[in-house]
Amino acid sequence: MNPANFFALIGIVLFSIGLLGLIINSHLLRKILAINIMGSGVFLVLVALARRTENMPADPVPHAMVITGIVVAISATALALTLMLRVASETGHATLPDEVEE
Amino acid sequence: MNWNDWVPLLVVISSLLPGLIIFGLAEDKVRARVMLNLFGALAKLALVSLMLWGVYQGYHYETRLPLLPNLDLVLRAGPLALLFVSLSTILWLVTTVYAIGYLENSPHRSRFFGFFSLCVTATVGVALAGNLITFLLFYELLTLATYPLIVHRGTEEARQAGKTYLRYTISGGALLLIGTVWLYSITGTLEFTPKGFLSNIGEQHYPALISIFALLITGLGVKAALVPLHGWLPLAMIAPAPVSALLHAVAVVKAGAFGIIRVVYDVFGVEFSAGLGVLTPLAWVAAFTIIYGSVRALFQDDLKRRLAYSTISQVSYIALGVAIAGPIATIGGVVHLVHQGLMKITLFFCAGNLAETLGIHKISEMNGVGRRMPWTMAAFTIGAFGMIGAPPIAGFISKWYLGLGALNAEQSWVIFVLAGSSLLNAAYFLPILHRAWFMPLPESWPNEHHFGNKETAWALLLPPLVTAAMALAAGLLVTLPFSPLEWAKLISVREFYQP
Amino acid sequence: MEIQNAFMVFPWAVALILLPLASALSCFLFPRISRTLGLITSFGTVVSVVGLGWQLLEHGSYRHAVGGWGAPLGIELYADGLSLLMLATTALVGFAISVYSTTYFKPTLAVKFWPIWMCLLAALNALFLSADIFNLYVTLELLGLSAVALTALTGSKEALSGAMRYLLATLLASLAYLLGVALLYHNFGSVDIALLAKLIEASPAVWASLGLMAAGLMLKTALFPLHFWLPPAHGSAPAPVSAVLSALVIKASFYILLRLWFTLFEPLVDSEAINTILGVLGCVAIIWGSIQALRQTRLKLLIAYSTVAQIGYLFLVFPLSASMGSVAWNAVAYLIISHALAKSAMFLSAGNLLFFGGHDRIVDLDRVVQRLPLTATAFALAGVSIMGIPPSGGFIGKWLLLEAAMTQGRWDLVAVMIIGGLLAAAYIFKVIGYTFSPAEVSHEAQSVSASMQWSALLLAVGAILLGFLYVPILSILNISDTTIVSGVGL
Repeated sequence: MNPANFFALIGIVLFSIGLLGLIINSHLLRKILAINIMGSGVFLVLVALARRTENMPADPVPHAMVITGIVVAISATALALTLMLRVASETGHATLPDEVEE
Repeated sequence: MNWNDWVPLLVVISSLLPGLIIFGLAEDKVRARVMLNLFGALAKLALVSLMLWGVYQGYHYETRLPLLPNLDLVLRAGPLALLFVSLSTILWLVTTVYAIGYLENSPHRSRFFGFFSLCVTATVGVALAGNLITFLLFYELLTLATYPLIVHRGTEEARQAGKTYLRYTISGGALLLIGTVWLYSITGTLEFTPKGFLSNIGEQHYPALISIFALLITGLGVKAALVPLHGWLPLAMIAPAPVSALLHAVAVVKAGAFGIIRVVYDVFGVEFSAGLGVLTPLAWVAAFTIIYGSVRALFQDDLKRRLAYSTISQVSYIALGVAIAGPIATIGGVVHLVHQGLMKITLFFCAGNLAETLGIHKISEMNGVGRRMPWTMAAFTIGAFGMIGAPPIAGFISKWYLGLGALNAEQSWVIFVLAGSSLLNAAYFLPILHRAWFMPLPESWPNEHHFGNKETAWALLLPPLVTAAMALAAGLLVTLPFSPLEWAKLISVREFYQP
Repeated sequence: MEIQNAFMVFPWAVALILLPLASALSCFLFPRISRTLGLITSFGTVVSVVGLGWQLLEHGSYRHAVGGWGAPLGIELYADGLSLLMLATTALVGFAISVYSTTYFKPTLAVKFWPIWMCLLAALNALFLSADIFNLYVTLELLGLSAVALTALTGSKEALSGAMRYLLATLLASLAYLLGVALLYHNFGSVDIALLAKLIEASPAVWASLGLMAAGLMLKTALFPLHFWLPPAHGSAPAPVSAVLSALVIKASFYILLRLWFTLFEPLVDSEAINTILGVLGCVAIIWGSIQALRQTRLKLLIAYSTVAQIGYLFLVFPLSASMGSVAWNAVAYLIISHALAKSAMFLSAGNLLFFGGHDRIVDLDRVVQRLPLTATAFALAGVSIMGIPPSGGFIGKWLLLEAAMTQGRWDLVAVMIIGGLLAAAYIFKVIGYTFSPAEVSHEAQSVSASMQWSALLLAVGAILLGFLYVPILSILNISDTTIVSGVGL
């Protein structure tokens, strides 16, 4: 398969690994890392699929989308890390409580 | 703009607006509240009289507002509507006076009168509804407006009664909703039409129509207290006497019975229903309810409970009249709507008087009360005799027509039900009268209040006298053009004979 | 004439986005006047919606190329009947919430609240005006991040955990959605919805993107079983925030799903299997959500689970509707609006009760509820709409859904809807019952300001009035770009 599709496939694999990591891990930092890995996977898919043919230059639109996505991911990660720190300082653990508090 | 188009809506608003304003009044603004209440009641009476006169002249009163595509909110002043709306309006006025006297100095009066007005708004809307969806809208509004009245006292018993009431009425409302939507999906219209609007429906829909009939009647039967859907009614007696009076004579129970009349006459049509075979089960249920209610009444010592079971029994006369499917029985059923209302409200007013003035709640406490409160007991006697069916009080007229109609429609078994019920009525009313008039006075009354040298407050005394007089007049003056009987005849003619 | 012309050509759509954004920045920079700024901006959005509505009624659906750059490279704003209704609902509910929040928040919290709330408002407006799927992603993210920040506002343990869970869920959902966008762009070279709708055809890649995007949006809308994040978040956020979340934020993702389903993915979605699955999930949401609501001991959690149940009703549009403009589609659009008004009224009422009494335990509410008759009325009226009892917007929506179900012979859905209504009556009256029990006032807590009581009440009255406004609103709903409908009957 051509390199573009290969990288796209890797991107999807990354996405899946991230998803698995998000569900399995209970520590919040790991969850946040998992989300970032998922994000990277999606961005990789976008960039890989931008290269439609070998000879022509890559399609710039997905690149623009990735840049936007990276910015969003950074803001989201910043918010997530801050929240995680607050949760840890309030509850003493960096995990989510298991059940809904009644 | 045609003014006539707005009159029905104004009739509804005439109690809605005062009600909403009353909600905002502080507890101690007694005068303002009384003024608003009376103003609303009188305004409504004026508007209804206008409609009566106008219809007599040949005017047409209909309010139409779009609700859904192809379905409007319709308020229309037809003969049946006018019958019920007049009854409601007159009795509301009387009950308002009574309630003002009864609830003097009790807490949460603004809340009470606010919901009271909403209740009448809903009842009048039910009466004037020109199609099934408008009926449904006001019918459900009635449920919502009466719940706070039932739980008004706030005691645990009242709250439980309210919960039971809701269970029954909300479920009934759900059934009514299913039936209505189903009917609409088959026929595309819900307008009340004399002789019904189903004659063009193909035969393949007949099984569906039978199910729809069952759903609608069951939904309506909850409020009309058909057995076994009557369970909420005796419990609802926990409400203050004006509420019981209104609920039993005018609002909730009558709305259910009125709905049954509408469904059989103006949705399905009597001949069509008879053809479907759905009227016979209705007749059986009605007959069973009549006997069951009367039998249970015999064993109650609590006065209001006995009256409650009596209501369960009596309202089914209306259903029975409808189910017999004949013009004369129709007259009997429809006119009983008015007569039972007048008589029952009298009885409840008197029961309320006994409770308020002397603290009497049980029949066993009623010895000799006729001597202490002669006018109240006189009214009670008239009401009781009317229930039994003794001429010349109104109840006799309804039973007469029902019996005649049964014979006419070759359903003679109904005569036995009527006779049996009259006997049972006598069995549970006459002992009360005997106690009240002929037994010696007790040492003291459970909880006596004095009102100078009157037997009780004017506001409590006048209403039962007025309604008792009306019950008597309805019986004596049947031949007058505006008597309920003549009216019922008009309705019957429209249903059976006009093309 | 001059003024009328100016009113007509003014780019109200752009104002709807720029005004709150500018305000957010200003509220952050000038915290002392943030309250006033926020209130004025909120009112400004109402005016802008009216202006936009006028434009739509005159000219039909509306497209605006931002900066003069059109699709496929530029961002276009698009408004039709549905977007207008969503914008109007956002503006009205948003205004009520702004009024409520002027007195609800203590100054320390207020300076944090207003900038983020303005951001959220901007995000919502931008979302409802977006015409391409990537812009929707951006607005979804902005919306999600603002919502999470608002949820965590009070800094309590429950709020922080609820917000964290919400954040993780929303990020996961957005990424799934983005992957779907990537696949679609790769296959068809555009992200513009109108263009894509013409080009799309069924293929494995398109099925994959449908699956990804739908899954992401369902997670954001909290459809069973992806609703796990909702009760903790909505239950522990401050009352006006819960109101925004339940009434508006959830509806945003559902709106996108509705749009994409019926315009973009139209050739794919006749599948019985998918519609059945969504229908089943909707039914389970209705029943399970209602039962859970009944079991709650805290009022805000009861209301949150009620939202889970009501979302189930919305998902019944998929089995019942073959196209835009059908009865079920209209019903669901109307339910969205009614629920937004009713649910926000409920959360604001709960906020009042909490503010006054210091707690929201249901069994102890009687002492509080009787001191706040306006609030009790607001809750009761909102409850009438949630139960689907006439007269109310909820009743109209329920009637239409029942009609659609019956004409299509779906008696299973009829049964579920009726049972849902009965269960709703049970949990609503459970709360209302306490209004009527006698209770001594045990303690005097903070008094509730008039703006807090009246904003809740007016929203509830709005939900009731919707019971009479279906016909005019339907005519607005029908304003639509026919090319997007692509030949399917309205």
